[in-house]
Amino acid sequence: MSDENLKKTPLNSVHRELGGKMVDFGGWDMPVQYAAGVIEEHMATRTRAGLFDVSHMGEIWVEGRDAISFVNRITTNDVAKLIDGQAHYSALTNEKGGVVDDLLVYRFSGERLLLVVNAGTTEKDWAWITDQKKDDSVELKNASSEYCQIAIQGPKAIAILQQLTETELEPIKYYHFTEGKVDGVDSIISRTGYTGEDGFEVYAAAEFAVQLWNKLLATGEPFGILPCGLAARNTLRLESAMSLYGHELGDEISPLEANLGWITKLDKGAFIGSDALKEQKAAGIMRKLAGFEMTEPGIGRDGFDIYIGEDKVGVVTSGSPAPFLKKNIGLAFLPIEFANVGQELKIDIRGKKVSARVVPTPFYKRQK
Amino acid sequence: MSNIPESLRYSKDHEWVSVEGDVASIGITDYAQASLGDVVYVDLPRVGDKFATHEAFGSVESVKAVSEIFTPIAGEVVEVNDSLNDTPEKVNGDPYGEAWFIKVKMDNAGEADGLLSAEEYEEYLSSQG
Repeated sequence: MSDENLKKTPLNSVHRELGGKMVDFGGWDMPVQYAAGVIEEHMATRTRAGLFDVSHMGEIWVEGRDAISFVNRITTNDVAKLIDGQAHYSALTNEKGGVVDDLLVYRFSGERLLLVVNAGTTEKDWAWITDQKKDDSVELKNASSEYCQIAIQGPKAIAILQQLTETELEPIKYYHFTEGKVDGVDSIISRTGYTGEDGFEVYAAAEFAVQLWNKLLATGEPFGILPCGLAARNTLRLESAMSLYGHELGDEISPLEANLGWITKLDKGAFIGSDALKEQKAAGIMRKLAGFEMTEPGIGRDGFDIYIGEDKVGVVTSGSPAPFLKKNIGLAFLPIEFANVGQELKIDIRGKKVSARVVPTPFYKRQK
Repeated sequence: MSNIPESLRYSKDHEWVSVEGDVASIGITDYAQASLGDVVYVDLPRVGDKFATHEAFGSVESVKAVSEIFTPIAGEVVEVNDSLNDTPEKVNGDPYGEAWFIKVKMDNAGEADGLLSAEEYEEYLSSQG
């Protein structure tokens, strides 16, 4: 049933035609899976190619002479290190060092940056970011509804996308992007993704979404491409131990606890929350995000309690079967002394305490 | 459209029952497996466990969801389909055949008569929209 109150991407009717099972995802009417099912979709992305509608993500432009220093003041990674045509993963932090959102920052020029933020937090982020703007040295624009974003991911993604563009894709390095035409449509072609595979995210004007989606699907057919829903997007990112906002990241979670020290550049100069994070780093974090694997039959799912002996030590933030690894895996914040690889855990699965063990992350790493 | 064999009895919780003598085989319906999606884990009771009508006797899990399974009929478990431990995907492939869950010696052999017929179950499904 279509819910009138839910937001829709420009591909909504296409998802329905493809047999997408639609769900409410953070206020968006999105396909959780298509006819093939989540396991097939997941495997297609790992071994061939998967196509994802991620048009619900938010796009915010930051322009002006202080664009770099502005974004450097509100995010944890060092924007001054980016060159034109490069992007990086980063976090918006609050004064306490908690994560307002995780995001990608794209540098088009020294005076033009694009922030790509999560769908469910776009409004919150927009309010937060505009609040931080103190003068006219930057201009902000929430362009979320103007863009579609389609991700093509998997070992065959490059071969498929290359058939639709004259832009040479091979020279685009991981976390770099270029502007070019895809099937004749002006696009941002970004070698990024949320699956742990090689692949691209293509941004274009919303009106071209259906054309691009159908063309990518048709071109990918001989390669075995499948349209993939949110369920496969989740299992793919979880196998790769990538965080999901609202699960491994949140206003009360610091990036240091969430294994995001690598994007938290405490020596780059002050940013919102940097004092709190420096203090936390000096004092040492009390808890840490860890990966676990079930060692007995059972699936430790989101929200399940974790025990060591009689003591509750944490809660599963994301837990699921891992279709490629064929294991049941998950992520959880554990007290630092219990977050070491090999630590035995018990997960309370509907009243039964089932064994699990802390394992190294990512659970899955692509062979290069 | 769901497959609903004529010969079986059904519950509103989407279990099916097949009766032979005083033993009832229990599984989940085609509609239930399709709603769940790819089944990856089935948690079943042990032989000898006793269940009242409508008691949860196990669970079936897909990648995204967990669903409890209820006994449509009271009785004692006399056989468990252990093959589902290694091949839970049979629940999607053959829900009325190879993927039976348990066999129960019924406390009251007449209880199955109170369940839905294929026709009634089909009506029930369409009324659920």
